[in-house]
Amino acid sequence: MLREKRANDIQAILSKYPPERKRSAVMPLLYLAQEEYGYCSDDAVREVAEIIGCDPTEVKGIVGFYTMFYEQPVGKYVIDVCDDLPCALRGADKFVTHCERKLGIRAGQTTPDGKFTLNTVMCIAACDRAPVAQINRKYYYDLTAEQFDQLVDALAKEQGNGQNPH
Amino acid sequence: MVKYYGSKNKTMDRHVLLRDIDVPNIREYDVYVANGGYEAWKKALTSMKPDEVIAVVKDSGLRGRGGAGFPAGVKWSFIPKDVFPKYVVVNGDESEAGTFKDHQIIDGNPHQLIEGAALCAYAVGANVCYIYLRGEFYEPAQTLQRAIDDAYAHGMLGKNVLGSGFDIDMYIHLGAGAYICGEETALLSSLEGQLGQPRLRPPFPAVQGLYAKPTVINNVETLANVPPIVLNGAQWYRQYGTEKSPGTKIFCVSGCVNRPGNYELPLGQYTIRELIEMAGGTIDGRAVKGVLPAGSSAPILPASALDTKLDYESLQAAGSILGSASFVILDETVDIVWAARKMVRFFKHESCGKCTPCREGTYWALKLYDKLLAGRGTLDDVNMIGEVAAQMSNKCFCLLGEFATSPMLSTLKHFRAEYEAFIARHGNGLSNGYTDELIREGVIAGPEGVIARH
Repeated sequence: MLREKRANDIQAILSKYPPERKRSAVMPLLYLAQEEYGYCSDDAVREVAEIIGCDPTEVKGIVGFYTMFYEQPVGKYVIDVCDDLPCALRGADKFVTHCERKLGIRAGQTTPDGKFTLNTVMCIAACDRAPVAQINRKYYYDLTAEQFDQLVDALAKEQGNGQNPH
Repeated sequence: MVKYYGSKNKTMDRHVLLRDIDVPNIREYDVYVANGGYEAWKKALTSMKPDEVIAVVKDSGLRGRGGAGFPAGVKWSFIPKDVFPKYVVVNGDESEAGTFKDHQIIDGNPHQLIEGAALCAYAVGANVCYIYLRGEFYEPAQTLQRAIDDAYAHGMLGKNVLGSGFDIDMYIHLGAGAYICGEETALLSSLEGQLGQPRLRPPFPAVQGLYAKPTVINNVETLANVPPIVLNGAQWYRQYGTEKSPGTKIFCVSGCVNRPGNYELPLGQYTIRELIEMAGGTIDGRAVKGVLPAGSSAPILPASALDTKLDYESLQAAGSILGSASFVILDETVDIVWAARKMVRFFKHESCGKCTPCREGTYWALKLYDKLLAGRGTLDDVNMIGEVAAQMSNKCFCLLGEFATSPMLSTLKHFRAEYEAFIARHGNGLSNGYTDELIREGVIAGPEGVIARH
């Protein structure tokens, strides 16, 4: 339960907003839930709804509206590669094709071992350093195919420490 | 070689905004303070009335750097004096394709943003400031949070700052991946925990903004301009730029150039051609085909407009907008139909779904572009793209829908011949080199069928 395990974090989040405006905390709380559960499960949605005092359906609507909240389980490492126009002018499409081949999945899929999810995303404000990707929200700039392979190989070797990195 | 003010070629002796280029580690509190940081804040709190802060920003002529170009000081002056509480909200949603200037400010010079936001709060009488950053700025947000913590620790934020009796609290709020939240009323909805969809104006945020209270919303770059203006005065600021577009502006250059990056320049002093030269020229010296002056939202300009000066008025006169000044350079090898599809795909993905012309228009427009790219397009489809865009124009709830028509209408205006050539070249259904991309996006089936995306 989020409220038992992350009581201090929840308090810190709620303290940013006026007491009668708890609903403002919905997005930070969903990030917290995602950290804890790996994705915004129905249970997570219900818990967040209880904390801010609104209907779970409304929280579910928020989850569906934003791309960074996951409605389904995702890989331990979520790799978001930008293939928007400025990046594509610098080879992002070819780069995504390379990522797909390296991981053996299409963009939008998760590897069978649950380790990697590959997504293509819209502009992530780093067009000057394309091809650019984020792995669990950490930026990787000026990527080459070789660097990507090294990154993935290193992450593949890492043993799970029980902590969800999202 | 012309001597340019520019960031990457180091010929601008001092930047106003991108000071991280001049001063190593200016993101650290001590370094920022050692280089004149928080002097404006001290000056305002100890010797200026709030109205005087508004007046100097008004006199400076600083215009909103988020895209609209509305004079910042005028915006501040709309905040009513007798309604409490009031809020300052910083728009750090930076999601326009090709824009990465706020990213550098937040990461490289965060205290200047904090100081600017604090000055704004003091000027309008707000005691709480929310900095809304796009969710993908998780890393830069950590840098900014450290800077905020340091500012609190040194008494620059918090209760009774510098014994002035003024209280100011500053919080970061992360979005979660929605371009529409850069639209100020959608940003407010998002911050209130609602769907990030735009609201009808009026009432404007200055009257009923966050929690229906008077609210100033300014872009990151706009507020980063404020400390040097307050410290050095309006006349100092006006030494840069033109009468109607004063000051310096960060130009983001991306696409087919050798040195993409942020270039801080006085407005109105240089041309697009010179900006491309500063960015190292085009790759392999290829000819420029077109320029998007404000990412996907701005009408594309053909190479004949390269001598347009870099300011709000000149770009408008040339048939585009300066917007957030995110210059995406397309060289002669770029397929305009492919580029237009990328932009339409962006808007289809980012349409918030609130109003029908945008939601349906971007959906059908992308279908038409997909058909062209898959090699099944006809001239009727090209005409239909123009019709869809015309049906959307002036009918959308907010500017996102209007922006979405830009890549369609402006490429049809300047590059219609390319559409016709594209159909002549690919219209017989032969593979056209976009296969991987189209399979990935489910436009055409791959060997394993159409992929369901989550």
